[in-house]
Amino acid sequence: MSFDTCKDVWVFIECFQGQPKSVGLELLGQGRKLADGLKQDLCAVVIGKDVDTAIKEAGAYGADKVYVVKGDEYENYSADGYGNVFLKLCEKYDPNTILVGATVNGRDLGSKIAVSLRTGLTADCTALSVEEETGNVVWERPAFGGNLYAQILCSETRPQMGTCRPGAFKKPERNDANQPEIIVEEIHTPAEEIRTKVIDFIKACEDNDMRLDEADVIVSGGRGMKNAENFAILKELADVLGGTVGCSRAAVDAGWMPQTKQVGQTGSTVTPKIYFACAISGAVQHVAGMSGSGTIIAINKDETAPIFEVADYGIVGDVFEIVPALVKELRARQQG
Amino acid sequence: MNIVVCIKQVPDTTEIKIDPVKNTLIRTGVPSIMNPFDKNALETGLSLKDQYGGKVTVISMGPPQAKAVLREALAMGADEAFLVTDRAFGGSDTYATSYILSQAIKKIGAYDIILGGKQAIDGDTGQTAPSIAEHLGATRLTYVLDMKVEGDKVIARRQVEEGVEVIETRFPVLCTATKESNKPRYATVKGVISSLKAEIGQITLADLPDSDTTKMGLKGSPTKVKATFTPKRTANCVNIEGNSPLEVAGSLIGKLVEAKVL
Amino acid sequence: MSLLYTEEQKALLALVREMAENEIKPHVKDADEKGECPRELFKWGFDMGLHMLEIPEEYGGTGLSYETTAMIFEELAKVDAGYAITFVTTFVALRNVILAGTKEQGQYFADKIAPGAFAGFALTEPNAGSDPAAMRATAVKDGDEYILNGTKTFITNGALSDVFVGFFKTDPAAGHRGISAFIVDADAPGVTVGAHENKMGLRLSNTTDLIFENVRVKASAMVGPEGSGFKLALNALNLSRAFVATLAVGIMQRALDESVKYAKERKQFNTPIIKFQMVQQMLADMAIKVEASRCLVNNTMRMMDQGIMVQKEGSICKTFVSDCAQEVTSNAVQIFGGYGYSKEYPVEKLMRDCKVFQIFEGANQIQRMTIANVLDKEYK
Repeated sequence: MSFDTCKDVWVFIECFQGQPKSVGLELLGQGRKLADGLKQDLCAVVIGKDVDTAIKEAGAYGADKVYVVKGDEYENYSADGYGNVFLKLCEKYDPNTILVGATVNGRDLGSKIAVSLRTGLTADCTALSVEEETGNVVWERPAFGGNLYAQILCSETRPQMGTCRPGAFKKPERNDANQPEIIVEEIHTPAEEIRTKVIDFIKACEDNDMRLDEADVIVSGGRGMKNAENFAILKELADVLGGTVGCSRAAVDAGWMPQTKQVGQTGSTVTPKIYFACAISGAVQHVAGMSGSGTIIAINKDETAPIFEVADYGIVGDVFEIVPALVKELRARQQG
Repeated sequence: MNIVVCIKQVPDTTEIKIDPVKNTLIRTGVPSIMNPFDKNALETGLSLKDQYGGKVTVISMGPPQAKAVLREALAMGADEAFLVTDRAFGGSDTYATSYILSQAIKKIGAYDIILGGKQAIDGDTGQTAPSIAEHLGATRLTYVLDMKVEGDKVIARRQVEEGVEVIETRFPVLCTATKESNKPRYATVKGVISSLKAEIGQITLADLPDSDTTKMGLKGSPTKVKATFTPKRTANCVNIEGNSPLEVAGSLIGKLVEAKVL
Repeated sequence: MSLLYTEEQKALLALVREMAENEIKPHVKDADEKGECPRELFKWGFDMGLHMLEIPEEYGGTGLSYETTAMIFEELAKVDAGYAITFVTTFVALRNVILAGTKEQGQYFADKIAPGAFAGFALTEPNAGSDPAAMRATAVKDGDEYILNGTKTFITNGALSDVFVGFFKTDPAAGHRGISAFIVDADAPGVTVGAHENKMGLRLSNTTDLIFENVRVKASAMVGPEGSGFKLALNALNLSRAFVATLAVGIMQRALDESVKYAKERKQFNTPIIKFQMVQQMLADMAIKVEASRCLVNNTMRMMDQGIMVQKEGSICKTFVSDCAQEVTSNAVQIFGGYGYSKEYPVEKLMRDCKVFQIFEGANQIQRMTIANVLDKEYK
């Protein structure tokens, strides 16, 4: 890839069963910022069997161009199939920057492209900006469980690449009037070159719980909840507020909650409007996953718990008294 | 079955604290451990060996101290261990690290399966293992829960956000394991004793004569660290107090309504 | 800690600590409450090899020294001494069969234990505690078999064991010289497990009566010569006394750990109570007793590793350590105050657990008699 002639900021719009995942659309907001900084175009890359919704959404969230590759062989993600498409597109259009969602498949695809193109890939970025004089993207990311942040540059090779976790950024304003240029490419991957085949899919059981990254209100519990049963009081509070229950790593390690509910560096990054941290001490690794929340309310017995340093409102007290009281008060208000 | 497991020694990030005055990481006294996800990968490897027979080789890139995690792996039941170490490897990013490890794996010999954790808890990139696959041109499957062998086919269950994919592929394949994959076994007393006496092989730059040194170390790394900093915490927390839990609850709700949060 | 550990010992202690903390500790409170230990909890210890640590490798053991084995069991006892004693009783039984029996008997017993099974000693009877010679259980020869009859009580691992070393009078008139030892399979017809003892402490350890009714064993199941059972029992007790002492060290180390932690956190008069001199004195005395006890155990273990007979030293060790443990755990409850008396906190259990150490393996009063008797002989 040529350092001087490469241009445009690309965002991979990952889809699941024809529907674009939120993270790709979130990244269009960040991509816009970078594209404007570089004075280049923002391009979405859509690969799949059914691509229409993704094309439409990519436009609505601000793409100037949408590269589209359609094929039956792209119904499911495979590193071989998607990698082949992406590399051919890169060869032809020579992008400057590529953003990929740090999903299970995004991380896989990102590393495949980066190694093949012999370029740098920065994982799980939490802030992106452009160094004006060099045109390098400054990739900011946490390390050591959120104890340390690093600014990373990819200054000698292009494209420069980064992944960002779902929920790390908000989606930009939707604008259905935006009409991107649609560029459809015919790229096919022979069946024998796709070495992994999805032969079955078991959908995660719908526990009727809202996904953490989609919830406006999250009520999380930590080590101080003492056991799995006690999470029921958090569920009540979440239900009253129309939210969902999350937890810290300590609660997962203790076996009280599934890993899918974990907020933090090794769990999900969340940005709800309201975040309750109940009996959570506030280890940096947890804070790294929730500090972007709108309003943070901490309830903890220990007045010195670090969670109070990131909270907007703090209650020093017993979760088992405060939470039921909150539920009671909120219910009374809703009925009154 | 020849099984290679890549493991990394990491600081136990749950034990890291920040110096409140200097705002820097306090690393002294923080124990070094085997990356927990790599332990899941090792368990996957060991149970494949239990089931199908074969040999488990563990490999780690790092300074001489990293031998500790290789010994731990031997104590858990790995058959052979190699430390990949050289000054020339220092400062490698995920691209360079995965390249060096891919060369070391080639040097060790034929493999059917390469395993690693889905990510390391210090860097949290999740890139190194799939990048190794790319350098080797091997098939890769990340976030594998479990796998079975049927003839020359491998059937793996792979955890993705929406559920579980059942995937069919063939050897050789690189897989990454997650916490949900298994519960790693403990070492045995006998295992610990023999691991302390075991030879740990070393692979240095001199052992990789055919490799491309421009892809190694700080110079071979496309990404460079520009700056590091510790996150600042702002302490403007409003304390909610009251004489009873109900009063506290009422006061909080009042404040939230006032701030138009509710 | 007072001992100098080798790298190997450090690694083994770390391993056992991690397992015990993660897999056993979360279940201890519940098991203590119920007075039983779920069998699956022992899987962790078996997988690791804790049931045959000091057994020679030729019998499938790990071949560790008594010294290292004791260190490991102290670590385990910090989490629960009842869990630990279940393994201790097993390997002490096996070890004594290896020592006193034939090669075949040792191998037979070891093969039973190795895959993950327990063993026990059937010695004590309702009216024969400190005085084994008063035992009534009998073994009567019938052709090339013996017929065993009698009731044994307070049998550690009674309901868990696959195999026992049982003690029976082959000559009821001959006092302790009439006692012989036999290997008895738990599933032999006529062996019945009696009631489980509802104990004050060590509630994860299984303790039952054992009833033998016309149980037939081959003559070849007799361990050692006829009439040597009492000697075997004494040897076994020497070994088990030293090992129960190590468990008591574990219990009191835990008591000290909990007490110091609590004394640093607990504030009264706006001051952590560890800053008060009276509490300081209690903590210091506790630490002194823990350290001294550990050194005493360690020395006894090293003597046994050298093959030295530890009749007096074993008695001194067990008596001193169990008396210390009683005081240390009682003071731990005192430091915790009202909370110490509550089952919500961990220290009352330690006090309950360690009381029996002054009683079993020969009551401390009997130990003092033994020590004095040896002294009497030594100064002739």
